[in-house]
Amino acid sequence: VSGETVIFYLLAAITLASGAVVVTSSNIVHAAAALVPAFLGVTGLYILLNAEFVAGIQVLIYAGAITVLILFAIMLTEGGTGLGGRQRNEQAWAGAVVAACMAGLLIAVAGRSAWAPPPAGATPPSYTPGAIGQSFLRQNILVFEGTSIVLLVSLMGAILIARRED
Amino acid sequence: VLGLTHYLVVAALLFALGLFAVVTRRNSVTILMGVELMLNAANINLVAFNKYAAPQAMQGQVFALIVITLAACEAAVGLALVLAAYRTLETVYVDEINIMKW
Repeated sequence: VSGETVIFYLLAAITLASGAVVVTSSNIVHAAAALVPAFLGVTGLYILLNAEFVAGIQVLIYAGAITVLILFAIMLTEGGTGLGGRQRNEQAWAGAVVAACMAGLLIAVAGRSAWAPPPAGATPPSYTPGAIGQSFLRQNILVFEGTSIVLLVSLMGAILIARRED
Repeated sequence: VLGLTHYLVVAALLFALGLFAVVTRRNSVTILMGVELMLNAANINLVAFNKYAAPQAMQGQVFALIVITLAACEAAVGLALVLAAYRTLETVYVDEINIMKW
């Protein structure tokens, strides 16, 4: 067993255990806090996949910004920790069956598919921020510009929707 | 040996956890947390396919970065909607937000 495999299973266990806390905890502040180790476990998986730049962005945006945003939303709405109210609807068993079927289907398909082997011989490029930036500004320029418009529109939309009307 | 399938299985399990949160949680903020987990699962798939299926291209990582950006947009707009709904309806529980249900 190589060290990489051990680290993979450790990171997968951290991610899935924190994810289980996120979806089952009846204290929604605990659920929001458990998002952080889940996102950091995914960050570790990105590093194992040689995607260091994506890992850095994941820490900044997910573990940093989105978790804080969710905690703000919890504090600005009713109930605080949510321990007073029921947090789960009456479809818990049906939902568990649906989620388990979905996971089983995806795992079965992933296990049965004959993925094409990676092209042998050629060494893959190093995924540096510079190389990713070149990729964004050359073959992905349209997606890049489209994303920036979506960012602007969603920023204005979020301000407009959350603004108090008076 | 660590392969593509290992990552796909982890991503499938994470996606199922997010799906479970989306269909069973009552609080709209926790539903958004489930959506974030599902987006993370999709991102693991994109980056893993980048490494194991097409290492010469960078499309998988570029797409993962775009998904992260759009997830930030989704969180901002979604939480703004939650705050607006809480202000007018005084609840964040999705089964009580039913004034458009006939």
